Amino acid sequence: MLAYLVRRIIFGAAVLVGTSVITFTIAFVVPADPAVAMAGAKADPQTLASIRIEMGLDQPLYVQYARYFDRAIHGDLGRSYIRRESVTRLIADRFPATAVLAGAAMALSLMLGIAMGALAAAYRGRAADNILLVISLALVSIPVFWLGTMLLIAVAAAIRSFPLGGYSGATSLILPTLTLALGSAGYYSRVLHTSLCDAFDQDYVRTARGKGLSRVRVMLKHAMANALLPLVTLAGLDLAGLLSGVVLTETVFNWPGIGRLAAEAIFNLDIPVIMGTVLFSALLIVVVNLLVDLLYAWLDPRIRLAETG
Amino acid sequence: MNIRRLVTLETVGAAMVTVLVIVAIFAPMLAPHDPTIVVAPTFGDPGAPTLAFPMGTDELGRDVLSRIIFGARISLTVGVAAMAVTMTIGIAIGLCSGFFGGAVDFILMRFTDLMLSLPPLLLAMALVAVLRPSLRTIFIVIGLVSWTSIARVVRAETLAMSRRDFVVGAAALGAPSRRLIARHIIPNVLPIIVVMAALRTSDTLLLDAALSFLGLGVPPPTPSWGRMIEEATIYFRTAPWLATFPGLAIFYAVLSFNLLGYGFLRRRSQ
Repeated sequence: MLAYLVRRIIFGAAVLVGTSVITFTIAFVVPADPAVAMAGAKADPQTLASIRIEMGLDQPLYVQYARYFDRAIHGDLGRSYIRRESVTRLIADRFPATAVLAGAAMALSLMLGIAMGALAAAYRGRAADNILLVISLALVSIPVFWLGTMLLIAVAAAIRSFPLGGYSGATSLILPTLTLALGSAGYYSRVLHTSLCDAFDQDYVRTARGKGLSRVRVMLKHAMANALLPLVTLAGLDLAGLLSGVVLTETVFNWPGIGRLAAEAIFNLDIPVIMGTVLFSALLIVVVNLLVDLLYAWLDPRIRLAETG
Repeated sequence: MNIRRLVTLETVGAAMVTVLVIVAIFAPMLAPHDPTIVVAPTFGDPGAPTLAFPMGTDELGRDVLSRIIFGARISLTVGVAAMAVTMTIGIAIGLCSGFFGGAVDFILMRFTDLMLSLPPLLLAMALVAVLRPSLRTIFIVIGLVSWTSIARVVRAETLAMSRRDFVVGAAALGAPSRRLIARHIIPNVLPIIVVMAALRTSDTLLLDAALSFLGLGVPPPTPSWGRMIEEATIYFRTAPWLATFPGLAIFYAVLSFNLLGYGFLRRRSQ
């Protein structure tokens, strides 16, 4: 178990180093001069030169990267060109809003996905199965930002006082959560459906059926236990996709989170913020997947034993 | 022939894709108006749908239906080109990884894991912004951020194939790697590649639409569905149809490729 843990942590660290190389490369190919971005277009050559030296832009590339890396592991991601604030600070300020939205969407999509997947599997091969299949394919085909806009249109027409944007209590969370969750729900329902149907053909389910247990009972008690774990792992892996949706959802609903911070930074070519948000997303994904893996190993002894044996 | 057995996911998907392709090819003949010029007298305000303009007109007085019909061209072009880039990278990495194994496999798969830990849209946005949006930048960038799942599937299939008797036998007879891959591995991995290509196209269409919506798509005046929605968001109270129809077009295109791909996938596993 310990060896497994150590290996996972080393891998996670390697992913973050790799990400820092990627973000650094992106920042390097940008045609804009960071010194000009920092000082403004009207700065005189002397000011620019001193900013370049101060920022280390006169150093060789690997020295610049080493500096960037050293600062990043100490939590310093540089300063925003536009807002003149520390990037770490900006991310820390925006993170709670994103965490609330992503957490709520993750929970809702898993609940909806499990319900739809289980229902479809229970009616395998019948009309309800096919209808649920088409619904889930439709859900994964809806563009997130359009779904958000359509919800805005519908709610704006129906309820005058409903919060249509921004972050103001529980009601303001409803539309963005729905927007973000529905696509993933369609995806999870397909995955659960497949693993439940696989389980139905296995001996332990046949035995349980043979004992005279009802179809529904067998599904909930026996097949579900084995089908749910992979789904949780998948949800962890899917976090990268969820964060992509977060960028769009936050843009549509004016949600003050990291996704909108990233979108604004990209719009303004605010390189330190772009690098910071990409790096922070990778950190988030690595940490969440590490936790999911540990949970999985703890819940399923076969993994623990296989890894140590 | 039973008609009900003919209506399957993949046949419906194929029919929908065909309609989309026809609309894209014959756009100049099908569109009632020029998509880039002012045709309605309502300049400055979006016009509601009428008989002459079934999907209404936008704030510049351009016909929405014509813009959607022409938008099919750019969406399909980017979607298919991005899919081709995605497949090329994914197949190359998956084949090498699965066939050569060892250190090659380890390095390529760790790189794949690294790419999987980055939100594709965020990475694509950063790359497009830095490289400046153009048709070519967009489909290359989409390809660069979405090949990971292809690489994994192709690797698994290649690995399974390399252990089969006919490949082991050919290798024992002294066939070089290039011949083994070209003659024995690729033909057997091809079916899953075709299925994945259809499913990836729906993802690349969504990514392209998202980039357009964020202002990082193909530059104006080329009509693009994602940007039409972005431009319509400020009119969501007064002219809801402006955002509705381009979104339906994206939904239709993505759904058609999903039906096609998922239908084949299900048939394969049966």
